[in-house]
Amino acid sequence: MTSSTDIKRIMVAKPGLDGHDRGAKVVARALRDAGFEVIYTGIRQTPEMIVQAAIQEDVDAIGLSILSGAHLDLFPLVIDGLNENDMGHIPIFCGGIIPKEDYQALYDIGVKGVFGPGTTLQTIIDFINELPAKE
Amino acid sequence: MATKKEQWTEKVWKPSVERFAERRETFQTTSEIKIDPVYTPEDLNAVDYDQEIGMPGEFPFTRGVQPNMYRGRLWTMRQYSGFASAEESNRRYRYLMEQGQTGLSIAFDLPTQTGYDSDHELALGEVGKAGVPISSLADMEIVMEGIPLDKVSTSMTINSTASLLLCYYIATAKKQGVDPKILAGTVQNDILKEYIARGTQIYPPQPSMRLVTDLFEYCAEETPRWNTISISGYHMREAGCTAAQELGFTLADGISYVEAAIKAGLDVDSFGPQLSFFFVAQSNLLEEVAKYRAARRLWAKIMKDRFGAKNPRSMMVRFHTQTAGVSLTAQQIDNNVVRSTLQALAAVLGGTQSLHTNSRDEALALPTEDAVKLSLRTQQVLAYEAGITDTVDPLAGSYYVEKLTSELEEAATKYIEEIDKRKGAVVAIEEGYQQQEIADSAYRFQMEVESKDRIVVGVNDFVEEEDTHIGIFRIDPEETRRHIARLEKVRADRDDERVATALRNLEAIARGTGNPVPAILECVEAYATTGEICDVFREVFGTYDPATAL
Repeated sequence: MTSSTDIKRIMVAKPGLDGHDRGAKVVARALRDAGFEVIYTGIRQTPEMIVQAAIQEDVDAIGLSILSGAHLDLFPLVIDGLNENDMGHIPIFCGGIIPKEDYQALYDIGVKGVFGPGTTLQTIIDFINELPAKE
Repeated sequence: MATKKEQWTEKVWKPSVERFAERRETFQTTSEIKIDPVYTPEDLNAVDYDQEIGMPGEFPFTRGVQPNMYRGRLWTMRQYSGFASAEESNRRYRYLMEQGQTGLSIAFDLPTQTGYDSDHELALGEVGKAGVPISSLADMEIVMEGIPLDKVSTSMTINSTASLLLCYYIATAKKQGVDPKILAGTVQNDILKEYIARGTQIYPPQPSMRLVTDLFEYCAEETPRWNTISISGYHMREAGCTAAQELGFTLADGISYVEAAIKAGLDVDSFGPQLSFFFVAQSNLLEEVAKYRAARRLWAKIMKDRFGAKNPRSMMVRFHTQTAGVSLTAQQIDNNVVRSTLQALAAVLGGTQSLHTNSRDEALALPTEDAVKLSLRTQQVLAYEAGITDTVDPLAGSYYVEKLTSELEEAATKYIEEIDKRKGAVVAIEEGYQQQEIADSAYRFQMEVESKDRIVVGVNDFVEEEDTHIGIFRIDPEETRRHIARLEKVRADRDDERVATALRNLEAIARGTGNPVPAILECVEAYATTGEICDVFREVFGTYDPATAL
């Protein structure tokens, strides 16, 4: 596939205790079918585990999924952890049960894309393809 | 010789379709069962009415578990609820009871479900979000304040920590002066579907199965009116599987529980009547009705023929239904009221014993109080205005519904046979079989939506530009602080010696082969916390680390 970005490896991660990963798995599989290398962390990851996995797997983007309502508590910790490890440039996108009212707060902490229920997989694939190339 | 239906298909239907093509090449249910243009008595030639359908309240219970169904008592209207704190949840339960709800259904937050105190680092951001936090008996006492436990029935969605939460409930009842022997309700206690689809498992499968059957044994003696398990298809279906898979995987889990209990030395008729089930109601109305009817028939045969049950109550599928959370859309949210109504109709036509209807705003957040009230009103309209409760199993005898009931039974049986071949549900889970089947179905569904082969109103067709900023419900962080302050007070005020002794005793029993439930109750009554009690089991049993397939 042709791509304007050099994003190759994407991690899909489930921070927090919620076990609902239908969406995370469907997105992960769609990204894989679209030609990306995809790492799915499985459920119940702490922010620290996600940061460590991102370092070890040397990923180019991270997708976070939460349905329990803990997004405003946990996403900032993932982003802080990445910054502390000089990985703040890795783009973060997210989905799950996230009220529209919270989108701006997520953009403000550096989340690049928020994809709520009803988003098409193509929208997410397009978003990743349009991410700016790394320096 | 060609049958009447075959002749009609050749001579009437085909020429007609050649002139005017049908909307699709083929029609099929969500379980990929092919649907004919019409069904006739011929389709039921192989179905012996007395053997396969029969009378309500009699084997094989296809038509329902009670002789007169809703002519006697309506289903229990039970809205799944719980959030923020013990105080807030107690207020919501009392509000729902005032509005005419007839049973309680408690949602616990994720730390409570996964055995952590609310101030554990893994509980960060999760306290009071997906349900009420219960960190010690002190919380349960507040949750049930002013609710007479001798009069209500309470369903608790709790699995890995089911025995613990039941002990909190029993201890609270004792404090209210209520004899545990008369307590009515259900603990979900269905650990197998947690590994498959829901994800709140703590320990590995083998010790978890022991906890399940130990609770069967304890409740048979101590709380005989309590349903010791709610064998659940709901979450597997929500995770993406089809109706036939929901049926097959659920009953296969049921078989594994029965086998485990028999292996632990219990008689099938001692615990069989306390087994209950939980299914989803999705939007494909007639397939769902057929699913409930097939579930009753198939389980009755399994209990009778495979396990030699003698008590008819052991053969009955008594089930709770919840409408499909996954079918709710964040777009045009009023449409969700229509979806929930349609799904609730399927549950009632299918003979459910209790029902939760989802609220219109749940694709966005926890429901507001007004939205929950409308959901309850939906059930009341079905119960009192629609006329569907006046005769038993009104769709029986529909050529299509009866045929579909048989076809779903057949399809589910194939999944059960596949799981039998893998030596049961536990091994199949360890091999990732059900997880893979569910993930495949979920992906196929999403592809159908993307290609518009499947229409979701307001999402991939009939789309409107809209402002989805609705008034949503949020948890007040002050509630979490108050809850954690109470937990700290409990730790400071209790008799530490008594707690330590009770926890040591629990550990000794967990390491042996005895039934740990009385020891858990002792810990609970000494005000040991959720985290402390679960840490004992974590220490003895270890924890489960799933292999994750895409």
